Amino acid sequence: MASARPPISTRSGVTTQADIDRELAAARAEYEAARAEGAPAAHHPPRDFPPYRSSALRHPRQPLVAVQGDPETVELSAPVFGVTDVTDTDGDLTAQHPGEPLGERITVSGRLLDRRGRPVRGQLIEVWQANAAGRYAHLRDRHPAPLDPNFTGVGRVLTGDDGSYTLTTIKPGAYPWRNHENAWRPAHIHFSVFGAAFTQRLVTQMYFPGDPLFRYDPILQSVTDEAARQRLVAAYDPALSRPEWSLGYRWDIVLDGPSATWHEEDHG
Amino acid sequence: MTAPHPTPSHTVGPFYGCALPFPGGGDLAPPGHPDTITVHGYVYDGAGEPVPDALIELWQAGPDGAPARVPGSLRRDPMTGGFLGRNGVDFTGFGRIATDPDGHWTARTLPPGGPGAPYISVCVHARGLLRHLFTRVYFPGNTEANAADPLLASLDPARRETLVATAGPRPGSYRFDIRLQGDEETVFLEFT
Repeated sequence: MASARPPISTRSGVTTQADIDRELAAARAEYEAARAEGAPAAHHPPRDFPPYRSSALRHPRQPLVAVQGDPETVELSAPVFGVTDVTDTDGDLTAQHPGEPLGERITVSGRLLDRRGRPVRGQLIEVWQANAAGRYAHLRDRHPAPLDPNFTGVGRVLTGDDGSYTLTTIKPGAYPWRNHENAWRPAHIHFSVFGAAFTQRLVTQMYFPGDPLFRYDPILQSVTDEAARQRLVAAYDPALSRPEWSLGYRWDIVLDGPSATWHEEDHG
Repeated sequence: MTAPHPTPSHTVGPFYGCALPFPGGGDLAPPGHPDTITVHGYVYDGAGEPVPDALIELWQAGPDGAPARVPGSLRRDPMTGGFLGRNGVDFTGFGRIATDPDGHWTARTLPPGGPGAPYISVCVHARGLLRHLFTRVYFPGNTEANAADPLLASLDPARRETLVATAGPRPGSYRFDIRLQGDEETVFLEFT
């Protein structure tokens, strides 16, 4: 039985970082207690995570209805994306404008895998991110940091035969948001990933190692399982860094859910 | 080797607009196709307010009941990198629509075929959703097939209604609202 969550305390009607920190600590303690009682590890965040205020009115209260995996159903196939859906320059976010974007140039590379560790080939990965100053090229982003005329922050690639992908971009900056007073999001790149089945669809965010904002961020901390949270953080990889050019980060992505080829599994 | 653990899901946030929506994302049917149907509706939150920053993805079989398995939903121009548009010939079965400031979305598509009760698979992304939500649009004309559908049959009648579109005033027009929370909350699905 989950304990009641602590009330949201406020100072003059303002939720402070200290308030959020207490809520995050309580959520982690509740999760650890459940684990100690034998609950399975949670690989994904809960849909209802009060420290992330936007989840309050947007999470279903009814339990989800299980649909048994069936290779005949359309959800076990997936949209097809091919060479016509991606251009050669889409994977280099620094090459989409006449000039070079400002910021620390990075190479992000990894593999797309399914739950059995098999490469997921020829699938679409889409990314978007803020610029080096923490500003999105989006009219509704009102953060008064400079826009970069040479950076839109959008890219896409298809995975190779070994499930691999490579992106060239710049490291995004941290930025404020209005979840609570003085809320700052750690630097991150948004990833949208398709698998071999529509049920494997994933939208997530990649973070950079060593960011001091990790422990304060309700979105990252919504993943209450420590090991799962670490899987959202890329690793600096000197083998991926390019001399005099870019810093390399390695980040593998593992898709959840039934895959289109589950029935091909060896049941032995 | 031991099986790897999945990468956790995270919210799409509010600023996906520069990356994911594309012009014509809701126009799945090739232009002028005589069988085109319109499926549209609103997304509402638990306070009954429209959700203006949701992203709806549709995935469906063609009229013959089979997934199309052709690329080209979001063709890019190799010269400019810009969006080229669908080729106007192929039905790819994939659509993606951002809700407008009123929380409304519209798709023009072809009716999905069987076997079984035809449906369109829906994936809902939005700021505030730490994990996307799956649901299905079934159609009101398929009375017998819907009655025999294992998913619809497993639901009590009130909840079942949330998965069946309402026929609009014009032939081939259907309304399908998505309620993320509340008394008429849409049935959302998980795949095991």
